[in-house]
Amino acid sequence: MSLAVDNLRVYYRTLRGDVRALDGATFTVADGEIMGVAGESGCGKTTLGKSLIRLDGRMRVVEGSVTLDGIELPIADDRAMDAYRFRSVSIVPQYAMSALNPIRRIGRMISELLSSRGVSYEETLPELRRRLALVGLEDDVLERYPIELSGGMKQRVVMVLSTLMNPSLLVADELTSALDVSTQKAVAEMLVEFRDRGFVKSTIVITHDLSILYQVADTILVMYAGKLVEKGSAAEVTEDPRHPYTKLLIASLPEVGVRFEERRLTGIAGRPPSLLRPPTGCRFRARCPIATEECAEEPPFVELAPGRHAACWKVAA
Amino acid sequence: MLRVDDVTKVYRTGLFGSGSQTAVSGVSFDVRPGEVVSLIGESGSGKTTVGRMILRLTTPTAGTISFGGEDVAGYSRRDLRRYYARVQGVFQDPFSSYNPVFKVDRVLGMLRSNYLPGLSDQEWKRTLRSSLEAVSLEPADVLGKYPHQLSGGQLQRLMVARALLLEIEFLVADEIISMLDASTRIDVLNLLGDLKGRGLGILFITHDLSLGNYISDRTLILRRGRVVELGPTPKVFGDPRHSYTRALLSCVPQLHRKWGDEVPVGANDGPPATADANGGLVAVDDDHFVAPDEDAA
Repeated sequence: MSLAVDNLRVYYRTLRGDVRALDGATFTVADGEIMGVAGESGCGKTTLGKSLIRLDGRMRVVEGSVTLDGIELPIADDRAMDAYRFRSVSIVPQYAMSALNPIRRIGRMISELLSSRGVSYEETLPELRRRLALVGLEDDVLERYPIELSGGMKQRVVMVLSTLMNPSLLVADELTSALDVSTQKAVAEMLVEFRDRGFVKSTIVITHDLSILYQVADTILVMYAGKLVEKGSAAEVTEDPRHPYTKLLIASLPEVGVRFEERRLTGIAGRPPSLLRPPTGCRFRARCPIATEECAEEPPFVELAPGRHAACWKVAA
Repeated sequence: MLRVDDVTKVYRTGLFGSGSQTAVSGVSFDVRPGEVVSLIGESGSGKTTVGRMILRLTTPTAGTISFGGEDVAGYSRRDLRRYYARVQGVFQDPFSSYNPVFKVDRVLGMLRSNYLPGLSDQEWKRTLRSSLEAVSLEPADVLGKYPHQLSGGQLQRLMVARALLLEIEFLVADEIISMLDASTRIDVLNLLGDLKGRGLGILFITHDLSLGNYISDRTLILRRGRVVELGPTPKVFGDPRHSYTRALLSCVPQLHRKWGDEVPVGANDGPPATADANGGLVAVDDDHFVAPDEDAA
């Protein structure tokens, strides 16, 4: 078992109180597994990814633990986490395009990063070149400035850079969202390629786009308003969603072939609750078509079948 | 209703405009009343430039854009005001479309003082209520609120409602749902579908093929400023003739179908488009036009 997250709660400090962005997440990611995290804006998916790598100043770990390869990560301690970042845990951030230093040539930037970790650039260079070639980049990108590269090329550079030390866990946050469809496919397929080649052991792919996850992920975790809602294999979650939220979300996605005239899709009425003072009980209750009084009590995230979880009173048989 | 005829836009770039960049090249199409035409292209394809030219936010370098038979390029200020009472645009980012320190009523009120000065308070209230109803917004939910108090979907629907106050005939919708969450974007799409039923012509600009497919009657695929394929949506998606259209379709991530799977393409045995006529586009079927395929040659 590569990654185990246990009852993780991460809140944001604000003047008006804590925003409960991630409110109790328990899950595991196996070696070689690509787990997709799906959800809408404000569901806590980015908070989850960040808390495994580096908390920003306003974030506070309230409770919970993260264990990677049997070692508990000191996620609340920014300094102590430094020993793990890049080598054991790594991230491709949401705006990977702006993660590159604009006034450094790519090669020099990588060299500086490696030397800050006590790794020789010269010794790493052959492997770096091999990996750049693998993602279809010429050697000369190392001599270029970020402004000379297209969005897709920058995304690939960051991807190669983030995984250069063969981390045990890679978090890719909205890796493909800013890319055109054809580039999107190439970059998303890199995730699978990197896993297959053993550059990373486990991967967490965070996106709002379920259909991308269906393409590349082994398992999918669906989040809503800071809570885990459903988890299962990619096929199970998309073909046979169990939680009402997942069902409605999938039903609202237009696919090629579905047309307004023939079949009118519907969205989910209402909007997610405020996480400053979240409602008690199931957080999807107000928008849920099958909610009853028992939903005023919080449903546990239970295992329905091996590897299949959901948090809903209506599906927990 | 709206005709775009052989329109080209060249941007001057570099110091003193020494360089040039062709954003749109020889694009022609029309939009009829009660029709949604989607303009699909990747970034840099010139799709937004086409929308901006229709709204007269920028002028074409060559070619004409006409609305109701009148060339919009020759419009004076007064003509333009009349034009904007009939043609409006809604853009991608609902959060930056509003002045954050104005309540949304004031945004709508500015439209009233600009375009509908003769309206009595009573009439204005009635118009306001009916256009909010048309976009399924509850007046009490949105009026008197600041933009930050509303969701992206609400703001975007309010932008459409603002356009509807004018009894417009044509709407340019440029990526209007790209920033919305999946569960609310479909409501805005359905709204466009309903407006179409009321006779509104809509140019739906998007990079997302599945959204274009869902809502539009006709589809135009744009690549590097040129029209690659144009035709009824079911034909363009069901029987794509250009290799670029096919490549795009095969890249769209879909639920229930993996990238590696065979894409079920229609008959697809029509004559290859090679001849050059009619602005470079060749008719391959009724109302279905394709550019000569450079990749296949």
